[in-house]
Amino acid sequence: MSTILLIEQILNGLQFGVMLFLMAAGLTLIFGVMGLINLAHGSLYMVGAFAAAAVAGVTGSFVLALIASLVAAAAAGALVELLVIRRLYARDHLDQVLATFALILIFSEGTRWLFGSFPLFLDIPTAFAGPVMLPGGIQYPAYRLLIIAIGLLIAFGLFQLIARTRIGIQIRAGESDREMIAALGVDISKLYTIVFALGAGLAGLAGALVGAIQSVQVGMGEPVLILAFVVIVIGGIGSIKGALVGALLVGLTDTLGGVLLPELFGTFMEASAATAVGSSLASMSIYILMAGVLLFKPTGLYGRA
Amino acid sequence: MKMRSLVLAAALAALASAGFADGHGGKVKVGMITTLSGGGAGLGIDVRDGFMLATKMAGNDNLEVVIEDDQRKPEIAVQLADKMIQSEKVDVMTGIIWSNLAMAVVPAATAQGKFYLSPNAGPSALAGKGCHPLYFNVAWQNDNLHEAAGAYAREIGYSNSFILAPNYPAGQDALTGYKRTYGGALAGEIYTKLGQTDYAAEIAQIRASGADSVFFFLPGGMGISFLKQYAGSGVDLPVVGPAFSFDQGILQAVGDAALGIKNTSQWNKDIDNAANKAFVEGFQAEYGRLPSLYASQGYDTANLLLSAMAKADVADADAFRAALAEADFESVRGDFKFGPNQHPIQDYYVREVIKDGDVFTNKIIATSLTDHGDAYAGECSY
Repeated sequence: MSTILLIEQILNGLQFGVMLFLMAAGLTLIFGVMGLINLAHGSLYMVGAFAAAAVAGVTGSFVLALIASLVAAAAAGALVELLVIRRLYARDHLDQVLATFALILIFSEGTRWLFGSFPLFLDIPTAFAGPVMLPGGIQYPAYRLLIIAIGLLIAFGLFQLIARTRIGIQIRAGESDREMIAALGVDISKLYTIVFALGAGLAGLAGALVGAIQSVQVGMGEPVLILAFVVIVIGGIGSIKGALVGALLVGLTDTLGGVLLPELFGTFMEASAATAVGSSLASMSIYILMAGVLLFKPTGLYGRA
Repeated sequence: MKMRSLVLAAALAALASAGFADGHGGKVKVGMITTLSGGGAGLGIDVRDGFMLATKMAGNDNLEVVIEDDQRKPEIAVQLADKMIQSEKVDVMTGIIWSNLAMAVVPAATAQGKFYLSPNAGPSALAGKGCHPLYFNVAWQNDNLHEAAGAYAREIGYSNSFILAPNYPAGQDALTGYKRTYGGALAGEIYTKLGQTDYAAEIAQIRASGADSVFFFLPGGMGISFLKQYAGSGVDLPVVGPAFSFDQGILQAVGDAALGIKNTSQWNKDIDNAANKAFVEGFQAEYGRLPSLYASQGYDTANLLLSAMAKADVADADAFRAALAEADFESVRGDFKFGPNQHPIQDYYVREVIKDGDVFTNKIIATSLTDHGDAYAGECSY
């Protein structure tokens, strides 16, 4: 394997990780602050992608499509919080899983009813359509670089929001002791709605960004959701920093595992058998990583006991 | 007292005879398990719509169809099959799209004496040693479209292909099928995860591999993702593949990235025969969209069943099976017959993705394999 290919794969892993972070950040905030397991987070990702595809189809503008994805997913999130999620905080996790699973079905069938069963078209903007030449002779798709940049920018913004703003202080306080901040006069139910809408908006943005290079179709959120859960288990529940580190770890492990493991097995096995064994092991790699992390840090890398 | 017994007896007799009348006498109950929700829904919906169009056009009141959604999950497909066999008492089953689901349902269904007509999945395990007298595949054996792609690649002189497919039964059949007819060297061979949507790592490997062509089998949304990312990567090697990633239902979502790509299929909407014309026009009139490969397969499956119903009673399994095996109906793909393992022997075409007005679609540019059966028929004995 050449160095150029390796660097290219590391970039791919980074891009994948950054996308996972946008999903996992919302999930971990919601779980950390409200103690709520939200299986419907993947549906909000889908809502974002469909909103972007619809707006891009009408206006032809990618920037407007991204804005639409943020707004639509945040609005859907706020609505869901007000109508459904609000009734679930006091109940146990099994009830939450059941109710949010029902939301997945409602979102999926609702989207199908609105947009039909066939995938929608959302293309990347022409300015980013081709590859760019990076130093060292690496040819890399411009759009993926854009995703990495947007993702890192949002990660930075989120850290600032949590660390430096009033609402960030309230969010952090809500994680530690919700009774106490309610007693201090913070409107806890408004805070929950805002956090939920924020998480939903991030998921929607991720859906739109990824939708342009993948298929915009019903059910697109569920595979990503599973990975996002792995990310927050690795990173530690409720920690934004954990979500970032976990997402990058998962992105890199998944990408590099898929490339390196078959090659590793190829050194001592017959080619087609090595491909099969290596690919199978590669699909397990992130779960092995998760098990490994939990073995040494049962609450995740940045989780509190 | 006697009177009451008599009335009771009469009532029971009436119930029983009603039961009999409902049972057979030419009536056939079909259980269709297919994917109607989630990621692969477009395929199942097209199979269903094609099937129902054919029954509607035939106007046959003796056919009753029960349709259920397997959500692309093997365990749900198995539950639905149990329900259809035990409480719905269907005679014939059909509809499954995915090979892993077919492997979970078909052997059990045929073992319980139900006919199974596959409108799509054709795993090699059911074509060879695992063949069954009650199992018919109306579409193809899984390897077939890939064999056609391999034959085409050899014909136009590709000699160093990079090949990839998802790691599940149909994916393994795909690469086996391509290699069987292609015969050249391989620049790389990759199994991806089923349902994977990011192919950046694979595309980087293709770029570095020194290949002269790419063959891929990635059905549904996987193919859309791959093609869009491939187009943006700057790799410009020629691509060949089976029709599954270039089908009517998904071409609009892929857009320009698919233009000009060659793909192989046993059917296209421009095949010139009366049955196909009636199908394409009827489908557009009924559903307001162009039919896909899957719709054509659902349509043919229903017509095969109707042709058998015209000749035999489903209660007489041997006669019904013989009637099915004759395949005495006008297939939309043109000439077609069943081989010894009850899989198709038919022609395979090379299609090119074109833009017709605003609509992306395919046109046939060559014939790749003629009267082609499958590699497993020899292993099948009843």
